[in-house]
Amino acid sequence: MAGTKTGTKNVLHMVRRSDMNRGKALVIRLIAVLLSLSVCALVIVAITGENPLSVYSGIAAGAVGTSRRVWVTIREIAVLLIIAVGLTPAFRMRFWNLGAEGQILIGGAATAAVMIYLGPVFQDWLLFIIILAVSMAAGMLWGLLPAVFKAYFNTNETLFTLMMNYVAMQIVTFFVVLWEKPKGSNTVGVINQTGKEGWFPQIAGQQYLVNVILVTVVTILVFVYMKYSKQGYELSVVGESYDTARYAGIDVKHVIIRTMLISSAVCGLAGAIIVAGASHTISTSTAGGRGFTAVIVAWLAQFHPVAMIATSGILVFMQQGAIQIATQYGLNENASDIITGIILFFLVGAEFFIRYRLELTKVETGSAVGENK
Amino acid sequence: MAVQTQPAAIELKNVTKRFGEVVANDRINLTLRKGEILSILGENGSGKTTLMNMLSGIYFPDEGEIIVNGQEVTIRSPKDAFALGIGMIHQHFKLINILTAAQNIILGLDGPAQLDMKKIREDIKALADQYGFELDPDRKIYDMSVSEKQTVEIVKVLYRGADILILDEPTAVLTPQETERLFQVLRNMKKDGKSIIIITHKLNEVMEISDRVTVLRRGQYIDTVETASTDENQLTEMMVGEHITLDIERTEPVDPHRRIDVRGLTVRNREGLKVLDNVSFVAKSGEILGIAGISGSGQKELLESIAGLQPGESGQILYKDPQGNVEELTQKTAKQIYDMNIRLSFVPEDRLGMGLVGDMDLTGNMMVRSYKKGKGFFVNRRQPRELAEDIVNRLDVVTPGITTPVRNLSGGNVQKVLVGREIAASPAVLMVAYPVRGLDINSAFAIYRLLNEQKEKGAAVLCVGEDLDVLIQLCDRILVLSEGCVSGIVDARKTTKEELGLLMTSGRKKASRETVKENPQNGAVSTGAAAAGSKEAGHGRD
Amino acid sequence: MSVILTFIQQAIVQGITILFGATGEIMTEKSGNLNLGIPGIMYMGGVSGLMGAYLYENSTDNPSVAAGVVISCLACALASFVGGLIYTFLTVSLRANQNVVGLALTTFGTGFGNFFGGSLSKMAGGVGQISVATTASGFQATIPGLSRIPVLGDLLFSYGFLTYVALVVAGICTYILTKTRAGLHLIAVGESPATADAAGINVTKYKYTATLSGAVIAGFGGLYFVMEYLGGTWQNNQIGDRGWLAVALVILALWNPAKAIYGSLIFGGLYILYLYIPGLGRAGHELIKMTPFVVTIIVLIFTSRRNKPENQPPASLGTSYFREER
Repeated sequence: MAGTKTGTKNVLHMVRRSDMNRGKALVIRLIAVLLSLSVCALVIVAITGENPLSVYSGIAAGAVGTSRRVWVTIREIAVLLIIAVGLTPAFRMRFWNLGAEGQILIGGAATAAVMIYLGPVFQDWLLFIIILAVSMAAGMLWGLLPAVFKAYFNTNETLFTLMMNYVAMQIVTFFVVLWEKPKGSNTVGVINQTGKEGWFPQIAGQQYLVNVILVTVVTILVFVYMKYSKQGYELSVVGESYDTARYAGIDVKHVIIRTMLISSAVCGLAGAIIVAGASHTISTSTAGGRGFTAVIVAWLAQFHPVAMIATSGILVFMQQGAIQIATQYGLNENASDIITGIILFFLVGAEFFIRYRLELTKVETGSAVGENK
Repeated sequence: MAVQTQPAAIELKNVTKRFGEVVANDRINLTLRKGEILSILGENGSGKTTLMNMLSGIYFPDEGEIIVNGQEVTIRSPKDAFALGIGMIHQHFKLINILTAAQNIILGLDGPAQLDMKKIREDIKALADQYGFELDPDRKIYDMSVSEKQTVEIVKVLYRGADILILDEPTAVLTPQETERLFQVLRNMKKDGKSIIIITHKLNEVMEISDRVTVLRRGQYIDTVETASTDENQLTEMMVGEHITLDIERTEPVDPHRRIDVRGLTVRNREGLKVLDNVSFVAKSGEILGIAGISGSGQKELLESIAGLQPGESGQILYKDPQGNVEELTQKTAKQIYDMNIRLSFVPEDRLGMGLVGDMDLTGNMMVRSYKKGKGFFVNRRQPRELAEDIVNRLDVVTPGITTPVRNLSGGNVQKVLVGREIAASPAVLMVAYPVRGLDINSAFAIYRLLNEQKEKGAAVLCVGEDLDVLIQLCDRILVLSEGCVSGIVDARKTTKEELGLLMTSGRKKASRETVKENPQNGAVSTGAAAAGSKEAGHGRD
Repeated sequence: MSVILTFIQQAIVQGITILFGATGEIMTEKSGNLNLGIPGIMYMGGVSGLMGAYLYENSTDNPSVAAGVVISCLACALASFVGGLIYTFLTVSLRANQNVVGLALTTFGTGFGNFFGGSLSKMAGGVGQISVATTASGFQATIPGLSRIPVLGDLLFSYGFLTYVALVVAGICTYILTKTRAGLHLIAVGESPATADAAGINVTKYKYTATLSGAVIAGFGGLYFVMEYLGGTWQNNQIGDRGWLAVALVILALWNPAKAIYGSLIFGGLYILYLYIPGLGRAGHELIKMTPFVVTIIVLIFTSRRNKPENQPPASLGTSYFREER
């Protein structure tokens, strides 16, 4: 046969790693974090013209410089964490709940409503309980719709939950107009500023301790539920394969709806923690993209609570630091979103090197027939 | 040997292909003459598809020569195969559902950026008319029946200028009328000078369509014969080979009672084709009922129907517990059967896709069956963990530990874990599909022992198998499925591989249509109709 | 009469941003990539076009309109391309999860837009808001003669050139998808990469090309908004949920750019409908504004519930393809 040509060339080949030990995976992730932090610093240096060292100390000062900043950082970590924790059962079931933003907003709006309308009526402890219950119920409602349609019609949940976010956003805007104070300001302002009705109580003089306790309790509950309960077992099997689930005698539709209710209830609760426990107001930026960031945090952590805390910690630390630097230079605080994006790109990219190994292999090129044409 | 004036279309010399330890093709020789239809006949796992995949560029042979039109060639990819004029029609169609027939046919071809659909349509029409296809180029694939999709695949290959066609079990998915139409097309193509290889295990079709037959068995080349000078009996003998003694200990059934009673079960698949057609039989406690058949004859659907995983169209499934109470399992889900406290164990064919959870460890997989036990909200992990440890020890499962995800275990070990778990429930009914597939000989015997143990304990064991020697020596009775029908239920102690082989390939038309009559005195039950069917199958061609 | 005319005009103005985004996202999704970074890319494209024009106008005493327009278009295309490249590299080459990367890109892109849009003038040593009036006048210029025709001129010719670009691009994309070999191959890649691969189509190449060009098209949605709608200034978060409306429009248009043209008009209309319903009040306005999303959800439910298969999302949408793992 004419034109037979063979030779060898080097080809970069991806090989799936069968089993990566935890230590090695951790090292790869740490390298990714360090690289991303260097890039972030470079970006900040480029923008501010400051020397890198003072940039780093500026970030640290912004995140943990004063005890108030430490508490704000902890508060923000807690919020990001609880959203990620809430998303985890749904993700374990391979249900893409991208609707945390909406579930938070609706939970937050419900909380604000309780504070405004019931604040003067009920005792503080009763208000606290009502807020928890109502915010979770509101979140559930937002999760129920996509779950039901997923279970019965197999409607794409990624797009459905995503759209629900903006329905929630318009509803919140509606209430903002309804509750605005002072009139015409288009903001709600601090709710119950004088009487602090419905505000989460201070414990040991710390304003955000209740938030931290709530988040800790919910995190433990969710992970115990996932790991040790029969329902948690069922949702993992459903996530693996509907066939295996049916084989094991699991009602798949039921589990989809139940799991999504839990997931969205926790996200609704996150709304209450933000509104009643931190900002004491409601606006369309109450969720502030944290519902999306939490998706990435939950996905990266692969259902490990410690990894989830660590990822949230790094992100919030850098965000708070970036906000501080931006203020220092009179720039706007959206710098923190850029920083978040960069860190996430690196962490997401690092997963590839944990799952795959690159190999240079020699392959023969050319074949008898291939060159014929 | 025929004298050839021109070189053969394809000649394979000593072609060998190994997958790890397994030799899928062992020094195969084969000749496809120009303008003939050659059948390749063999049981499942005889290496037919592997061999053809080497011609179509999917696999690359380890040893041997491939000669096309008199010249030695190297085929590294489907593109190479096309360049040589070889086109293969796979069992699983490679078509894009939302595109039309014409769009699928030209997919991947180079040509002008703008598509001239009118010209393409005309070309396809011309091809279709030439060979007698019925094909609407503008019809979307999702609107098509299986046979129409197959037509698209064939036209796709012809459109690319193939003059050597390989069809992998093309009739497996067709109705008799569609098969007849396909054969007419193949004859037209032959007349036009195309050379055709057709892989099949249906003897009547081999006799009908082919000029010559090449028989493979367990990766070995057996022989090639002229169709005109052979008959179905000779081909069956060549296909199944000598009887092999395996030394499986088989005890007599003890006190057999009706356990599962299937009456007139009919199941349709998503395409609306009958995958089970009026199936009736009885499975008894204390015996092993083998289920034989060409793969895809309805075995999977039969077991899944009993397990509550496959809704049926009509018919009845009854369960009689050891106390003599009869329960109806028809249209029950697996969950309902579990809630009825019926100990029904099932080792499905798709181990990781249905029987096990790949990402979970051994303990987690034990829990698939037991997690509901106990009243509380939480799962009990201790017992499953002990069970996992027990199975690892007793069945010699090779694993780093019981916390390893089962996905990381080898096929044989995965199977041991699954069988071990299903047996641990001391089932009243144990259904296993291909229980020793992928297992080494020692593990296989360990599994046979376990099945026998269950039989002695009084379980009704249903075992779907592909190795006829094993079925004959392990089971008490063997039910043969052919194209979704029961073509016979025979006494395993008295039957032969030839009889089974003929029942398996007898096709829909010869299947029993009468209800199963039972003889309670004898463990081996046969039906008048099935016996007649087998007789007819055995001698019908003489 | 004139009310209806203004309504349609305004609907078109609102719709064009969404149309760019939707057309880009359709091309992307046709390759099997669900790029949820499109809203972020629109911010990146918009702010970069603005920055390009701003830096140019500040560097010369007598800036020319044409140069400003060209520079801002190039800057917009470059930034959107980079955004698309981040997404494609991570999801196609590094096989990362598409949803995760998309959301990260939206976070990044929105932050990028708001940060530079809000801080640019300060960073460049100026004061107050950025304003690129000269360049914006180029984007807002209408066709002199034709726009003077009564009614017809207002209806059809009272827009800047990007409006017509949006329509032409949507038309070209429809043509590519329905009439060309490349389009056929692209559809095959999005439906079943394994089948496309077996047919000899370079899956990676198609995914990169479609996603990158989709990102650039979407980026121009941001540029249109900043230049023509806002007149060459920046207000934080002003693009708002238009990026997500674009993602929604893809569903409403059933993955067909030609239908996206009508869809964008509907969305644009629904978006401003509240202005034309008397007696609603400000709060009511906000409720009306959610209708595009509600409509999308209803369409989504109906398409999942027995519909023609070609109206479904591309079959491989959201999944990565690796040949070795067949």
